[in-house]
Amino acid sequence: MSADSLIVLALLLPTAGAGLIAMTGRNPNLRETVTIVTSLALFATVMGVLTAVLSGAEPRTTPVEIFAGVEFGFSVEPLGMIFAVVASGLWIANSIYSIGYMRGNDEPRQTSFYVCFAIAIAATIGVAFAANLFTLFLFYEILTLSTYPLVAHKANAGAMAGGRIYLLMLLGTSMALLLPAIIWTGIVAGTLDFIPGGILDGKLGSTALGLLLALYIFGIGKAAVMPVHYWLPAAMVAPTPVSALLHAVAVVKAGVFTVLKVIVYVFGIDLLSATGASEWLVFVAAFSLLMASLVALTRNNLKARLAYSTVSQLAYVVLGAALATQAAIIGSGMQIVMHATGKITLFFCAGAIAVATRKTEISDMVGIGRRMPVTMFAFLIGSLSIIGLPPFGGTWSKWWLGIGAVDAGHAWVVAVLMVSSLLNVAYLLPIVARGYFLPPPEAKSGEPVAVTEAPAACVIPLCITAALCIVLFFAAGEVEALLAQMGMVAPTDITATLAKGEPDGP
Amino acid sequence: MISSNLPALQVVLPLLGAVLAALVRRGPIAWLIALVVSWTMPAIAFALLRQVLTEPDGVVSYALGGWTPPLGIEYRVDLVSAYILILVSVMGALVISYAPRSVASEIAPERQAWFYTMYLLCMAGLLGIAITGDAFNAFVFLEVSSLSTYVLIALGHDSRAVLSAYQYLIVGTIGATFYVLGVGLLYVMTGSLNLADIAGRIGDIENIRPLLAALAFITVGISLKVALFPVHLWLPNAYAFAPSVVTAFLASTATKVALYLLLLSVAAMIVASVVAVFQANIKRMLAYSSVAQIGYITLGIALITQTGLTGGIVHIFNHAVMKATLFMAVGCIVFRTGVVRIEDLAGIGRRMPLTMGAFVIAGLGLIGVPGTVGFVSKYFLVAGALEKGWWWLAAIIVISSLIAVVYVGRVIEVAWFREPTAAIKDAGKPPLEMLAFTCILAAAIVVLGFDTELTAGIAARAAEVLLAGMT
Amino acid sequence: MTVLSPLIDHFNYFIIIFLMVSGLYIVVARGNMIKKLVGLMLFQTSVYLLYLSPGKILGGTPPIIDENFQVYSNPLPHVLILTAIVVGVATLALGLALVLRIHEAYGTIEEDEIFAAGDEDK
Repeated sequence: MSADSLIVLALLLPTAGAGLIAMTGRNPNLRETVTIVTSLALFATVMGVLTAVLSGAEPRTTPVEIFAGVEFGFSVEPLGMIFAVVASGLWIANSIYSIGYMRGNDEPRQTSFYVCFAIAIAATIGVAFAANLFTLFLFYEILTLSTYPLVAHKANAGAMAGGRIYLLMLLGTSMALLLPAIIWTGIVAGTLDFIPGGILDGKLGSTALGLLLALYIFGIGKAAVMPVHYWLPAAMVAPTPVSALLHAVAVVKAGVFTVLKVIVYVFGIDLLSATGASEWLVFVAAFSLLMASLVALTRNNLKARLAYSTVSQLAYVVLGAALATQAAIIGSGMQIVMHATGKITLFFCAGAIAVATRKTEISDMVGIGRRMPVTMFAFLIGSLSIIGLPPFGGTWSKWWLGIGAVDAGHAWVVAVLMVSSLLNVAYLLPIVARGYFLPPPEAKSGEPVAVTEAPAACVIPLCITAALCIVLFFAAGEVEALLAQMGMVAPTDITATLAKGEPDGP
Repeated sequence: MISSNLPALQVVLPLLGAVLAALVRRGPIAWLIALVVSWTMPAIAFALLRQVLTEPDGVVSYALGGWTPPLGIEYRVDLVSAYILILVSVMGALVISYAPRSVASEIAPERQAWFYTMYLLCMAGLLGIAITGDAFNAFVFLEVSSLSTYVLIALGHDSRAVLSAYQYLIVGTIGATFYVLGVGLLYVMTGSLNLADIAGRIGDIENIRPLLAALAFITVGISLKVALFPVHLWLPNAYAFAPSVVTAFLASTATKVALYLLLLSVAAMIVASVVAVFQANIKRMLAYSSVAQIGYITLGIALITQTGLTGGIVHIFNHAVMKATLFMAVGCIVFRTGVVRIEDLAGIGRRMPLTMGAFVIAGLGLIGVPGTVGFVSKYFLVAGALEKGWWWLAAIIVISSLIAVVYVGRVIEVAWFREPTAAIKDAGKPPLEMLAFTCILAAAIVVLGFDTELTAGIAARAAEVLLAGMT
Repeated sequence: MTVLSPLIDHFNYFIIIFLMVSGLYIVVARGNMIKKLVGLMLFQTSVYLLYLSPGKILGGTPPIIDENFQVYSNPLPHVLILTAIVVGVATLALGLALVLRIHEAYGTIEEDEIFAAGDEDK
């Protein structure tokens, strides 16, 4: 099968899976089998596309014109490829975990849960492979809509309120800011296609560019740049696998991915660094980065703390995009991967703790490490990767971002990164420390604490993702090589690229 | 012979059908007559479209009774009115195919023939509004469709139905009278009732105050009509976009009063959307949403650019499809549960997933989510506003779609995330044919959101025609 | 006279506006449904006059073609208003029929009493 048709297959698989899950809803075992098989098949398909991309191909489907200037079509470039691999790969882990969590917690309406989940994955793949802004926007909205039922899954007052904020903020920002931004782009550039080097060169003045960029950044609510981050903590009412989906696999990643994509393929980093239209964003992102870390420190609910941690980590990606140098973009792309594996591990752990002990508040988790040693160890690994210590994947994304900052002449950003890492230490590691070194309050002194881990279906995935954090430290070269293939500058601009000594796009 | 009289047949056939249906007095036979007539209408409409396309100047003009315009009444079919005719007749045919079960449950057997009589009369009125080129004739058809609508409302079971029919009659008549008043002022100013003629003469008027008053009266009158027909109007609301009236509007906006029309549309979009948010009755909510959506259409007209006008015209079609889906979905729910209060719809989504699924898709269309027809309209409108550099207008369009998020979201939340009440739990599945037509329309919302050749394609050409007439 | 002349020049319009506003007032202010209909008809009639009065051309004769006369009144408004009157009559008839039915159902045609009864039902 050619890589072009594999793209279509990658979209159809989870969609068909959703249909099958709906049909097999009466029989939970069969339904779960469908979920797992679909996720495995999707991953295999995406790997098929990856092989093609690695061999230098650029798979694409024939675009269908909706009306003049607006097309529907797919094409795969390195950034989208990486995103698709991350999403489809983590979906497998998440599926297994969901089964353990949903059964362990005896959640209602599991069928609709799995259906929405599969649709969300299909939408994520659509976002990753979109060939133009319209296609991306379409799947972006489908993603919002399919995850809304997941967020409001518990259907109690709190879940409804959280779901309402989630829907209003994501749909609201995208309809109010992103849509006009896209239409404006269409009018100015005459096309909505993602083209290496951008489509806006010479079309707008620097003030207008800055304004358009602002429309994009705040319109892409999923990227959670302050102050449109508010939905993310509100969405914490969702079951933990959903939080993992939101934070690691699909939603926020789709947001920052869109930001990166827009910066690289719509604006073009040359244009941004030439006009300085993204300067303001460096400051906004840096502020968001520090502020969210500070807020995370004050949160006692574990998932809320992780949520603010996500806001802060996403700001890294936006920061890299705003710096608009090749190294910074590579750092951003890498941060998507590294943060995904790290954060999904942390959420899996939080969920496992909730399943095994029903504890959600950090202050109650004293001594938890003795009851759940495996889970807490995975939490430690995830935390260290988020903080950015070797030998964990998170190291490299911070590294490249730092280089990018210096390249862009913003050396102070390196300091911000360091302070933020310290803050990460301050809000993540005490959880682990108190978990291991303090005895649980209910335990009698001197006696060993009984080990009560969550069900195997929960523990195994979190071990896998924790292991991935380490693997990625060593495999970062591959990711970097793939990201470096991105067509960041227009193909005509080859001489300039050669002069910089950077690898050129395919 | 037949082909040259098609414009008259388009209106006369349903009139005759109505008489016939009234004479047979038996519900099922009357339905059959209505069905046959309703399905003939789209055939005639498409034949007319073909004529329009072959005609060199793109206009089929038909002098009623042999009296030539501007003195006599002209039936004038151009691309725009052919488009509306197709829209109204296709929707009418779909609705009548969907109707019998719903009618049987809501109307006593001996009165069902009257329902179909009135339905056909209403169709005749709506088609007449679309096809006529004469402002006063439009008023007559407006009243034909309104009067039949009052009867349709009064046919309901409830004694409150009569009461609301009376109230509709009062306010509807005031609306219609405002419309005639506006037309009268236009007549005094231009000396003509033929709308194409008026459009030609309006540019010469020096004193714009009476013109403004006329347009204000017409707009207020039509808005009153539109706002007041929440019930039984699954038919697209031809009042709002009688193409001939659009022509007159366009002519006057092109010269002088674009800004006023613009402000009026903007007010309609925002105010009506906000009012829709606070409605407890789902039908009323949808009705106010219609007013807001019609604001989009007039907005497109007021922009007077190719893109904006295309957006306005395409939205006529798109809005009709979306609103028909919404009302048909609500019809299915009312048929099974009798519930119209949004609060009482708790859990209906789990009981009737397909029906509510159609409702959700149409609701997303109202918001303008990509992949639905609503996105296409909104794209053109925002693009039209941006092309003119009117930032504030683009902002207002998106703000009003944000309000749509609120009122659509409210229904979705109640329908899917609340525990079903006892009344909802016992509700059966809606009948197959009702469900089928609702789902067909919902599918059309998505399909036409991708394949825009039929909608935006024709709309763009219609916009060209209209704009060419202006210069 | 300068103050009064616009008044006299547009005498017919002032009559029309007076009728129109009083009709509307009755519709809004009266609770009796028959009286409301009367107001509605008054309101409509004022619009008939709006059409008819400009149709009269000073010095014009009735529009019957005759070689002795050159200036005719405009016949078109009369034709139109004839149609409008028919529509108005139909509206009135339907309105009255509805009032009859309301009377059967509620035993009164006073709006206040009907709404008061409706509140008790709830």
